[in-house]
Amino acid sequence: MSASIYVPIDSAALALGADEVASEISLEAKRRGIEIKIVRNGSRGMFWLEPLVEVETSKGRIAYGPVEAKDVKGLFDAGFESGGKHDLCLGLTEEIPYLKKQERLTFARVGIIDPFSLEDYLAREGYQGLRRAISLSSEGIVQEVTESGLRGRGGAAFPTGIKWNTVMKAQADQKYVVCNADEGDSGTFADRMLMEGDPYSLIEGMTIAALAVGATEGYIYVRSEYPHAIAALNKAISIAKDAGYLGQDILESGKAFELEVRKAAGAYVCGEETAMLESIEGKRGIVRAKPPLPALSGLFGKPTVINNVISLATVPVILARGAEFYKRYGMGRSRGTLPFQLAGNIKQGGLIEKAFGVTLREMLYDFGGGSASGRPIKAVQVGGPLGSYLPESQWDVAMDYEEYSAIWAVLGHGGIVVHDETADLARLARYAMDFCAIESCGKCTPCRIGSVRGVEVMDRIIEGKERTRQIGLLRELCDTMLNGSMCAMGGMTPYPVLSALNHFPGDFGVAGERHA
Amino acid sequence: MKEPADKIADLAAKHRDRPGALLPLLHAIQDEMGYIPPESASIIASALNLSSAEVQGVITFYHYFRTEPSSIPRVEICCAESCQSMGSDKLLAHARTVCDVHPVYCLGLCASSPAMMVDEKPYARVTPEKFDSIMKKAAS
Repeated sequence: MSASIYVPIDSAALALGADEVASEISLEAKRRGIEIKIVRNGSRGMFWLEPLVEVETSKGRIAYGPVEAKDVKGLFDAGFESGGKHDLCLGLTEEIPYLKKQERLTFARVGIIDPFSLEDYLAREGYQGLRRAISLSSEGIVQEVTESGLRGRGGAAFPTGIKWNTVMKAQADQKYVVCNADEGDSGTFADRMLMEGDPYSLIEGMTIAALAVGATEGYIYVRSEYPHAIAALNKAISIAKDAGYLGQDILESGKAFELEVRKAAGAYVCGEETAMLESIEGKRGIVRAKPPLPALSGLFGKPTVINNVISLATVPVILARGAEFYKRYGMGRSRGTLPFQLAGNIKQGGLIEKAFGVTLREMLYDFGGGSASGRPIKAVQVGGPLGSYLPESQWDVAMDYEEYSAIWAVLGHGGIVVHDETADLARLARYAMDFCAIESCGKCTPCRIGSVRGVEVMDRIIEGKERTRQIGLLRELCDTMLNGSMCAMGGMTPYPVLSALNHFPGDFGVAGERHA
Repeated sequence: MKEPADKIADLAAKHRDRPGALLPLLHAIQDEMGYIPPESASIIASALNLSSAEVQGVITFYHYFRTEPSSIPRVEICCAESCQSMGSDKLLAHARTVCDVHPVYCLGLCASSPAMMVDEKPYARVTPEKFDSIMKKAAS
């Protein structure tokens, strides 16, 4: 029997040379007359070890990493195709503490299976959720999702079941399911990894959503910066359709669901759900006023379920194993798990799926191993470019939606960006305003003009011109943006700005006067 | 050889009946021609029954759409927070001495910052030295 060798096809692995490693392995095997089978899997999410090559043995998969093309000869010399010893050998993949300490429910298959093999997917609980959903009524599906406690993983944390219930009850000739895959937050890559590593789970989740609310068409809106994810989804959709998992008669249930990928065009604000709908309709991505809620009047004016990739891809496991199983994880009103993404200046960055309640300190040190530079960590931004900067005094707060909101921070989409002591928080605050100015859709004044004024005020603070007065202005401006903006773009830009000012006043040239 | 205007009209005819046709159509034009030529707006407007101003508004709203031919290869360097924390400022300054660079905000490679893309091929943990060797390879 020929040895199975796994070389990831995830963008982050490709960015570190995985294609070159795969072709070198295949060439070298041919040269030596060794029969092997190369499987291109997703990433396990341990990016400091990518490209991570795995070999199937009788004991389980053995990992080698990070492998470069020039290491391949040596690996064959060591007999790695049967698990031989080598400096790059990391032992059994499942025993690597970074993975072993995780609670992978949504990411259970990512990095393990061939993303396009339906056989692999079915062998690991794939489509069991959909089969159960077909046996239930619409109300039954919505009830299961509601009881699981699942909340929107895109960042807003709205209860998924309640949203679905509104769409289910709406009367219309056409309803839609739209997946928001416009993952624009810096420091986040969970959506990308999932779409590239286990696309069927998203397709299955969307199909279940469609059955629950009575939708027959769906769109996945993917950012243009993710060409590999777009290609992976298109391929998976076509295979699923041929096998009867999508189309006019899903698994002979008589129910129809058609799915299409829409490529975004590089506007961060289109991650806001109503701007995204405008964009899919072929317009500028300008935020809509709410109400009406998209659940009642969404895409093309029809009732629409809009969920993030991770919310939808979590639905299959909830249906397959039941709400009771899922809600056993987590704390308080934050049930289940969140795929955290550890990034920036960190030694061991990657994807860490854990139940809510874990602390940032555990993330930074138990998983992350401290900063990449070796210098002390100064500030950590959680929840993307619109999330607060957390100083060390807040690293022991449980990562839970309500606990974070109590310290004026957000979990958002679970992105964690680490900065070491060389970071200048005044410059990062200026960047937050600048980013808002670049990306504002322009509809409301607090965001469109506030962000530009914010950059000017920050420039004067950095230059040291009448600092006390400028800081007063900055606080007033943030108050206007926070309370007067139409969406989170302008409404949350004050989070990074004010948290930087409040926790790191020294970087703004002022003494430590604390504000809540 | 087809004239650019004919190509645009053909693509518009092909996409016009899709719901929300404009974005996929603009992508198709840029994929085929490398950018959105100036004559596109009026041709698209008449095919999709929109005003030229609406079409022009959409073309200019989105950072991804280019109204001029792009430099070859197209180099995009991430300038968002995660890459900043790992020295993307230095990388950007270095790259700008070598070629035209388009700043982008997040390529989803944040655990291996700083990151860049050259003609849609991703690269991570890019140092100025690594940048030079990537560009050398891209040129050959």
